[in-house]
Amino acid sequence: MTDVTASPIAGSSPEDRPMITISHLSKSFGETQVLKDINLTVHKSEVVCLIGPSGSGKSTLLRCLNFLESYEAGEVRMEGRLVGYTEGFPRRKMKNRELRALRREVGMVFQHFNLWPHMTAMENVREALVQVKGLPLEEATAKAEAMLTRVGLADRMHAHPSRLSGGQQQRVAIARVVAMEPHVILFDEPTSALDPELVGEVLQVMKDLAADGMTMVVVTHEMGFAANVADRVAFLDGGHIVEDGPPRQVFHESSEPRVRQFLQTYHERNSF
Amino acid sequence: MDYDLFLRYGPSLLRGFGMTILCWAAGTALGMLIGFLLALARRLPIPGLSWVLRAYIEVVRGTPFLVQLFLLYSGGPFIGIRLDATTAGIVGLGIYGSAYFAEIFRGGFAAVPKGYVEAAESLALPPGAILRRVVVPTMLISILPALVNMMIILTKETVVLSILTVPELMYEAQTMAAETFAAFETIFVMALFYWLLVEVVSRLGRRAERKLTSHLTQKAGAVS
Repeated sequence: MTDVTASPIAGSSPEDRPMITISHLSKSFGETQVLKDINLTVHKSEVVCLIGPSGSGKSTLLRCLNFLESYEAGEVRMEGRLVGYTEGFPRRKMKNRELRALRREVGMVFQHFNLWPHMTAMENVREALVQVKGLPLEEATAKAEAMLTRVGLADRMHAHPSRLSGGQQQRVAIARVVAMEPHVILFDEPTSALDPELVGEVLQVMKDLAADGMTMVVVTHEMGFAANVADRVAFLDGGHIVEDGPPRQVFHESSEPRVRQFLQTYHERNSF
Repeated sequence: MDYDLFLRYGPSLLRGFGMTILCWAAGTALGMLIGFLLALARRLPIPGLSWVLRAYIEVVRGTPFLVQLFLLYSGGPFIGIRLDATTAGIVGLGIYGSAYFAEIFRGGFAAVPKGYVEAAESLALPPGAILRRVVVPTMLISILPALVNMMIILTKETVVLSILTVPELMYEAQTMAAETFAAFETIFVMALFYWLLVEVVSRLGRRAERKLTSHLTQKAGAVS
């Protein structure tokens, strides 16, 4: 069921070149192998949701995509560029400068927001615009304010994270990433740390991004979001991609017992 | 109490106090700088480096300040380090403090939540900017009380410099006591001066702490 793209540069024109190509990716923490021969391709403007039980390797897979986690075997390519390692064999880790060039194109939104607590919402968004993009302070400030307005936080931009609700903090974190104009945004359980009534506002911002054509890879437990917004859903279990396809297929037509069982517990929990 | 003594010895005591402040401030600044660099270097993935630096820290923490000062001042010339008394005092204070400051900074680095750094890394911030803009401001909050504490300890360690004949407060006070036999008055005034310095340092420390943590406690207008 998995989409295998073994050729390093599939296609030559930028349009049909995949955004992310993961081939034969494996990763271990010590003795435990957490990712086993993962193959997945994400095209431009696609929204791919990674679902599955805890410990199935979803977050680790996501973190390999911007090399917050290293991997031992296989490869991840971001717009054709190998992530984390230099081309050739034996492979060596990329220089920090090259890794940073790659990460400029890949944003990441974390479960616990990870806003810097000593900066206001606006300063959090402005920081990378100044330090990475090299924008003059005034221009960066204007852009940060515009981004926060876009996620509905025009009136809270001078508040520190400790004075913001979880939903507001996560919207600041998304604004901080979107301001950098990445080509891909990775979401690592963006709503899992939120009170239920705050989940909606964050999902709405994500839906708007998807509608704008942003390429997104989302690790989530929000099955509603996966069903309605994702172009594709990949189900992970035990470090394998067990099923990968359109949401309708994975949610309703899967023949995989593990997928059915996982979704069954979801249905039971959500229908009191 | 013989107040006339203070009129006569006041100027030299004040000069000594000024020297104490100079040695303390310079020694503390040097110690913090070395300590910060030590803690930073221990995080580099260079085999053996962390072990060497730890050995330095343990040796400095494991020997008396007095002994270190003598080694530097009297032993220094044998390996080509010839320092005048005041410079030796400041450098000695810096080395002594650096071991303790290094441990404080090490704890501070470890206390910075990993997620703050990951967020910065994923936004492609350069390592220098991550250190300056994210790690140091975050760790300062948790280590400030320990830093101020060490600074206070060092104010009182300056008395040891008097044995190198650095003309600081202790040295001037000893001169006064030797010349006048007014031991009690001398020690009393000396204690007052040190207490004054410590009080100023700890007040400044508390003010800095309030400033650094204001964003955690501020009363915001609207919290939703």
